[in-house]
Amino acid sequence: MIRVQREDFDTGIELDRLAAGNHRVGGIASFIGLVRDMPLIGGEGGGESGGGRVSALTLEHYPGMTEKKLAEIELEAHRRWPLDTSLIIHRYGRLEPGDRIVLVATASPHREAALAACNFLIDWLKTDAPFWKSEETPQGERWVEARTADDAAKERWRSIPDPTGR
Amino acid sequence: MKLLYFAWLRARIGIAEEEVALPPQVRDVAGLLAWLRARGGGHAEALQNLAIVRVAVNQDYVGLDHPVRDRDEIAIFPPVTGG
Repeated sequence: MIRVQREDFDTGIELDRLAAGNHRVGGIASFIGLVRDMPLIGGEGGGESGGGRVSALTLEHYPGMTEKKLAEIELEAHRRWPLDTSLIIHRYGRLEPGDRIVLVATASPHREAALAACNFLIDWLKTDAPFWKSEETPQGERWVEARTADDAAKERWRSIPDPTGR
Repeated sequence: MKLLYFAWLRARIGIAEEEVALPPQVRDVAGLLAWLRARGGGHAEALQNLAIVRVAVNQDYVGLDHPVRDRDEIAIFPPVTGG
């Protein structure tokens, strides 16, 4: 299941609902992404000392393509691992430190598949889902730059043998 | 065709979307980006460095050699930073 929304979500309710009534599920793995209270480092805002802090961020997305890419990523996880069900919720709009940004949850008979698929989903989501963050700083708005570490995190799934043998 | 811009590309170009008639000499994404850049102003500024520009045609990521057609929805944006 995919949800792209401005509103917050209740993690407990979402996780409880995911496998409610489905007794094949032996475990649920989840990842919750939060807005960090970050010192400004480098860029136009100056050095870490005296650069101030990020007071909020705004997430922009590409309606339509976002849902399409998330559905493709989810389908790929279900192809690779024996999942019973999964959930991706990603928020957009203005968020403050401590706010929830994203929830990824996977349910499977066994924990290995649930944990690996959850890890896979968040790695792929970060490089394939069309979202962009801009930060509010004392020096004004600043667009977050893509991290090469995120590309590397996605790429490692290519070198790990596909459990389906394909 | 419909052109959509996101994030700092939208901010530099100054509009979120526009409808343009496909120029007859433009056959692929590379040609479209070159044509947009030649329009000058915010387009030229935003599309200076294609290493930090990504393109989707009809909501799928494509390379510079992907063909473009007049009925396409073409989105131009920086590398994504969600999650």
